[in-house]
Amino acid sequence: MHLTLEFGGGLELLLKSSTKVHKVEVPPKDGEGKVTMKGLLSWVKANLIKERPEMFVKGDSVRPGVLVLINDCDWELCGGLDAELEEKDVVVFISTLHGG
Amino acid sequence: MDGGRRGRGRRQAIEKELKKLREEREELDGRIRLLESQLEVRPEGVDGAAAGEGVVYGSCDGSVACRRRRGNGFAPDGGLPADMIYRYSRHLLLPDFGVEGQRKLSQSSILVVGAGGLGSPVALYLAACGVGCLGIVDGDDVELNNLHRQIIHKEAYVGQPKVKSAADACREINSSIKVVDHHHTLKPRNALEIVRKYDIVVDATDNLPTRYMISDCCVLLNKPLVSGAALGLEGQLTVYHHNGSPCYRCLFPSPPPVAACQRCSDSGVLGVVPGVIGCLQALEAIKVATAVGEPLCGRMLLFDALSARIRIVKLRGSLPDCTICGENSVFTEQDFQKFDYENFTQSPMSDKTAPSVNLLPENARITSRDYKRLVDNGEPHLLLDVRPMHHFQIASISPSMNIPLSMLEEKLPTLKTSLKETGAASASGKEPALVVLCRRGNDSQRAVQLLRENGFASAKDIIGGLQAWGQDVDPDFPVY
Ligand SMILES: [Zn+2]
Repeated sequence: MHLTLEFGGGLELLLKSSTKVHKVEVPPKDGEGKVTMKGLLSWVKANLIKERPEMFVKGDSVRPGVLVLINDCDWELCGGLDAELEEKDVVVFISTLHGG
Repeated sequence: MDGGRRGRGRRQAIEKELKKLREEREELDGRIRLLESQLEVRPEGVDGAAAGEGVVYGSCDGSVACRRRRGNGFAPDGGLPADMIYRYSRHLLLPDFGVEGQRKLSQSSILVVGAGGLGSPVALYLAACGVGCLGIVDGDDVELNNLHRQIIHKEAYVGQPKVKSAADACREINSSIKVVDHHHTLKPRNALEIVRKYDIVVDATDNLPTRYMISDCCVLLNKPLVSGAALGLEGQLTVYHHNGSPCYRCLFPSPPPVAACQRCSDSGVLGVVPGVIGCLQALEAIKVATAVGEPLCGRMLLFDALSARIRIVKLRGSLPDCTICGENSVFTEQDFQKFDYENFTQSPMSDKTAPSVNLLPENARITSRDYKRLVDNGEPHLLLDVRPMHHFQIASISPSMNIPLSMLEEKLPTLKTSLKETGAASASGKEPALVVLCRRGNDSQRAVQLLRENGFASAKDIIGGLQAWGQDVDPDFPVY
């Protein structure tokens, strides 16, 4: 499944290539034929994250302080970890900022 | 020929003088118009005297005082005095804003928490646009390294309280509004008392525990919160607790791990980035105050300066089971005053105090003065600087070798070679010491740990890093 992933607020620094936008091909989980947010998170952790995975995930979700947006919409409104992704969806992971 | 040139020069001089005089006349005319309009239109008692009265009854500041003042110079019958019409004419010409918008603005009171990079444009715009009462709260002093982004402060104010500097600047811009400076760091024990006096709160602070505290306080007192943040080349903005939007806790019920909390004093910030976010915060505060337009409720604006992109995303609404703003919340003002926000977030209520680590035994550490003696005695050694490369380029001790901490593990062979060369070059043939340095003495400890695990048994770090070196040994070493 074609997805566009974007990382911001410093999360991009955890990736193998510290660019913010990643166009990726994520395979559906065996036998299910669909990609859920839960599946995407473990795929990102396995394929994109280079260092300090605890700065990105906690348990099977994102760590506190990370906002997840599916097509510019808070993932809490789309089903959170169970949200099913569709072809060409844009998923944004952004760490909240505190500075000023 | 010569005479002609002289004649031309004289003509230019006269023209220049004329231009200057005309400009002066225009400026004087403007001031005359302003004074005349005050004389003719302003009814007695709505100027200074009334404001004074308000101050007495309102126990010093806040919306009550500002309301009693009946706005800043509006006639009691609802018409606008001529001086205000002239001053805010470009607002009044906006069909969506108009007289009603300006009146609401003049009757509103807004508290800006933090007079830094975000707070600077917020306070400047809110003062200029004629908000009735502008409160500014900040406990810090102006520092030279603030000025690149905190544009409300001038060089002459370095060392003075930020609130004084900011309030003076606002008063210079607009003498017709009420500006209140609260020279405190906002804390649970004083926050309720200060915030209570205002209609709207702008969070322009620089640290996580204060953000949780301000959000909780605004929920308790039912105030809309215009929240902005900036770091590096990115900014974020939203309006919490207004028109069904979530509070900070709805979005972030648990605080992030400490290591994820980057600060401007570590990560840097491009000056104009908080400027952009601060301007947008002022805009949102004006929209909330005047009920004009759609404020950024239940939405968040994400600004990426590097790629020149702004993304506006939809957020969850206020959560019914939020421990603070939810229907069944049992969080009281007493709970708030006792809540330890620094403990909750494991980080300090300041951008400046970095949490320091203590990872090494005493014998693995030396002071900056010890290091100076080692150099003076000509003892063979290698100074390893583990800061990121762009830090090393700012300033470094010469000679030293730069291997950033993040690359240290893979560069261990290089280090081994360099150490060997240092040993060979020294006359004594003594094994050279390996001394590790960073900015503040935290990363250097992590590096020494790693080095000792990998066979560099004699590695030691300099306590307090370059900061201590600048303080105790070389006062000329640049601070950053
Ligand atoms: Zn809430």
